[in-house]
This record gives sequence, structure tokens and C-alpha cells, in this order.
Amino acid sequence: MNNGSSMKTPLKQVTGLGSAHSGTAHFWQQRLTALFNLPLVVFMIGFIISHLGSSRAEVQASLHHPVVAVLMGLGLLSVIWHMKLGLQMVIEDYVHGPVTKIAALLLNLVYAALLAGLALYALLKMSFGV
Amino acid sequence: MSDMKPVARPLSPHLQIYKPMLSMMMSILHRITGVAISGGLLLLVWWLTAAAVSDDYFNLVQAFFGHWFGRLVLFGFTWALIHHALGGLRHFVWDTGRGFALPTVEKMVWLHLIAGIGLTLAVWIIGYWVMA
Repeated sequence: MNNGSSMKTPLKQVTGLGSAHSGTAHFWQQRLTALFNLPLVVFMIGFIISHLGSSRAEVQASLHHPVVAVLMGLGLLSVIWHMKLGLQMVIEDYVHGPVTKIAALLLNLVYAALLAGLALYALLKMSFGV
Repeated sequence: MSDMKPVARPLSPHLQIYKPMLSMMMSILHRITGVAISGGLLLLVWWLTAAAVSDDYFNLVQAFFGHWFGRLVLFGFTWALIHHALGGLRHFVWDTGRGFALPTVEKMVWLHLIAGIGLTLAVWIIGYWVMA
């Protein structure tokens, strides 16, 4: 770092957060969730394959097992957060109107929250077997 | 300061100026599959929600996925998911600073494409085998 010719204040140099004030948080979360997604998605594909011809009661019975329910829940949350980050990047790259951009980013959050809410509701209900 | 009219500055060349290359197409495909998976996730959540709600609703959703159109959508979803996951693996390799030489990139592209289709077919063959 050439501090002598930098226009940044010493505080800015130290925080290193850049113009968006979030530093590498987005990148890092994208990579972490990507890593978590790999085994969890394999598990979720396995869950789906093993329930292809199953009845509703059989799907619910599988989700009674805590390991299955927790892995499905964690998998969905990790995938949904990864999705939120990715779609956000696509929106930031291609949607430039100030209003449409904010609207699209909000819609992205709503979509992610809706998926997470529905998925957790379904998993909790079936796991607790009400 | 009051006269802040935007100046029509020249822009750097964008996508359409470059000759389409395999590596560039794969980059675009990584994004497209990512967006497609975002839609596909709704199907998974739909299926889980239906299983939580009622027998009738679950049967309706199962019937949709049993229909040839539903299966076609699921097949596309499977491929997009696997292709995107393999793309993620390539990104992990690049994150270590390796695999940027052009011959390596070309080899990775073909391996990526073939493995993506191969694994998708494998998942579906296992699926049909389980159902049989």
C-alpha cells in the first residue's frame, strides 16, 4: 500500500470496506454458502429421489427424523441465501434505473423470504407431525 | 454546479463486440442456470408445502410432476442445478489462483459440459430405477 499518494483517509485504509461499505462480505458469503450447498444439495437430491413414488404419509414419516428435517432445513436456507446473493448481483449488473433497481432488489428479498418462510413452515409442521 | 447535464461519453465495448468464445458462453450459462435454479426452488418449496398441507393438494402437485411437462421442467432444473454446482467447483479452483491457462480452461469447459449432462442423466436413471 502506498500511503503517501493515497486519497484515502487512514481510517478508510484500515476498514477497507470500499464504496459499498460492505467490503468482501458478499463475495465471502457467496463462497461459504456455495461450499455448504454442495453436500446439502446432494442430500436434498437423495431425499427427493428416495421419495419419488412415495405417498404424503411416507414423506412426512421421513421428516419425523430430526437429522433429515434439520439437513433439509439447513440445505434450503443455505441455498436460498446463496440465491438471494446471486440474484442481487444479477440485478445490480443489469438493472440501472434508480427506482426499478431498488424495486427489483426489494422484490428479490421478498422472494427469498417467501421461499424460506414456506419451506420452514412445511418442514416444521411435518417434522413435529401435527 | 447547477448545470449538471449528463455528458455522452464514449463507452467501453460491451459483449456484442467480442467474438463469442466457449469460456465466455460458459460464464453466461453459469448466470442463466443460477437464475433458472431460483425459479426451480419454488417447485421444491411448492412440493414440500403441499406435503405439509393436505392429501388432495399433495396429489395435485405429484400429478403435475408426474406429467410429461412437469418432468421436462424437473429435468431442466436438475441439469441447471448440477451444471451450476460444477461451475461453482471451477470457481473454487480459480479462487486458489490455479487453472487460468487457456488450454486448461478449454479442457475444463469440456469436462464441465460432459460431466453436467452425464451426472444429470445418472440422477434420472437412478430416479427411474427407484420408481420401477
